[in-house]
Amino acid sequence: MDFIIDKKHEMARSLFADFAQKEVKPLAQEIDETEEFPRATVEKMAKYGFMGIAVPKEYGGQGCDPLTYVMCVEELAKVCGTTAVIVSAHSSLCCDPIMNYGTEEQKQKYLVPLAKGEKLGAFALTEPGAGTDAQGAQTKAVLDESTNEWVLNGSKCFITNGKEADIYVIIAVTDITTDKKGRPKKNFSAFIVEKGTPGFTFGTKEKKMGIRASSTYELIFQDCRIPAENLLGVRGKGFQEAMHTLDGGRIGIAAQALGLGEGAIDRTIEFVKERKQFGRSIAAFQNTQFQLADMATRMQAAQYLVYAAAEAKKNKPRFSVEAAEAKLFAAEAAMAVTTKAVQLHGGYGYTREYDVERMMRDAKITEIYEGTSEVQRMVISGNLLK
Amino acid sequence: MKIVVCIKQVPDTKGGVVFNPDGTLNRAAMLTIMNPDDKAGLEAALRIKEAHPGTTVTVLTMGLPKAEDVLLEAMAMGADDGVLVTDRVLGGADTWATSTTIAGALRNIDYDLIITGRQAIDGDTAQVGPQIAEHLGIPVISYAEDIKVDEAAKTVEVKRQYDDRYHILKANMPCLVTALAELSKEPMYMTPGGIFDAVDQKADRITVWGRKDLKDVDDKDLGLKGSPTKIAKASDKVRKGAGEKVSLDPQASVEYIMGKLNEKHLI
Repeated sequence: MDFIIDKKHEMARSLFADFAQKEVKPLAQEIDETEEFPRATVEKMAKYGFMGIAVPKEYGGQGCDPLTYVMCVEELAKVCGTTAVIVSAHSSLCCDPIMNYGTEEQKQKYLVPLAKGEKLGAFALTEPGAGTDAQGAQTKAVLDESTNEWVLNGSKCFITNGKEADIYVIIAVTDITTDKKGRPKKNFSAFIVEKGTPGFTFGTKEKKMGIRASSTYELIFQDCRIPAENLLGVRGKGFQEAMHTLDGGRIGIAAQALGLGEGAIDRTIEFVKERKQFGRSIAAFQNTQFQLADMATRMQAAQYLVYAAAEAKKNKPRFSVEAAEAKLFAAEAAMAVTTKAVQLHGGYGYTREYDVERMMRDAKITEIYEGTSEVQRMVISGNLLK
Repeated sequence: MKIVVCIKQVPDTKGGVVFNPDGTLNRAAMLTIMNPDDKAGLEAALRIKEAHPGTTVTVLTMGLPKAEDVLLEAMAMGADDGVLVTDRVLGGADTWATSTTIAGALRNIDYDLIITGRQAIDGDTAQVGPQIAEHLGIPVISYAEDIKVDEAAKTVEVKRQYDDRYHILKANMPCLVTALAELSKEPMYMTPGGIFDAVDQKADRITVWGRKDLKDVDDKDLGLKGSPTKIAKASDKVRKGAGEKVSLDPQASVEYIMGKLNEKHLI
């Protein structure tokens, strides 16, 4: 699968890079320390259309392609992993499923304000007992036919944009059927839930290793009633819809990983030129040069995989393997490259004065969320051995 | 209301500067940006457009064909359309030939307000804006730090920066205002959708003019031949010497400095 970077993409990249340098980079270290959600930055990103890049114009978006969106996440992640994942979770995990499975009314009501950035989105599948084993989810939705409402009960955890979002896509069990062997089988459905709905509250805020200013919360549903028309997509098809949504999400996270690795290389190049040991800059040592060469080569390969996955998303109905390969490779490359970046910074790299320390902590999550590296290997090998 | 903003593609100071043998800049070989004062002027025009619905903003530039990039950027920020004035015979123009050319292009366009940057970072003359106004016979207010438009009265009120004070000046439209970078209240950016539209609709939204399209101009006033300014020498930044350090008591210091200034006939 090929991709072409044309004039539009070049201009978009320069926009994202310029914005990231001027608006995001100056706050990155501070919000990591304070764990404060960068609301003002999100508002600025909304003003310039970053919250609906790949959403068609008729739904309030920018009408660009997935590659442009990926470049946005990449450029933001070069300077701040937190800001990048806010955009990624909002766009890939909330705008996309409403775009793909929503009715026209749902798109007008929810997608338009999301794409304009007037509202922030989130997606909730994971539960305390259901991570990689997503089918283990327990949150239930029961239709109360007397009021024509769905009643949600259960809890979700590790939800990105958790408390800051306005609109949530929630996956819940709606029916239990039996499979071919007569065993009970859960059927899931997706729902759109608005913040402020009675019975929908927030639990604990996660204290995380990285992406510390992203708002990661537990969501709690206790007899939370939502209108029947907030069923998103087809009843009973929620799991497939969630998996397809995650395929798109993985490209966003792959782009975040890509940016973190590239950003760490940028910081390291600056550092090794300045840092002097044994009477010369450490850039003059062959170890530094070879390490940097390996780091750059690895991120370049990651970039090709991520861009190809973005192009596959545009052109193909299914792109699970491309997304899994991009995320697996980019995340592991980002972890390795940020670790090497810290090493090349020496003792300074271990202090919170230098960006690479934060980038290494931020990179770790890319190997875990939206499907661990192990899940990506399951997806890729499953396709090979089917 | 119709606003025309004159913008210039200038060398990005982050990249290297390359000169032609005649001392003019080799623009084709350098990284470029939109001139900062011009960008502030464009931002002011876009804010006026936002506050006064129905306003159109046209951006105009003179340069090599690749100066089209600066028009695309301006349109991606919100300008409606662009005019590129490009022709081999216009190359090497100084401020006189440039302002003659731009005025010749502007005579084809309806406008209420023309905004130019105060000066370009590659020439630093601050002459082109006021010269355009002279050619067109319209009022000019330079060094604008703020522009307010009264559409009904057809006037602009400009806060002009001066050495030690501000002037609040009012002019009838049509007129020309030169913008300071201070006009930019906060950085303004392109939008991704604006970029896609600008590139996709380039053929419809950018008009390209050459020498033949310039109105009421004489060939003798155009290009390098029409430029009275001759560049004796141009060079990249020259490092200054380290200077001279002396340690004296205050009285002796004053005498020493006065002596040096006298010696160099500065006082």
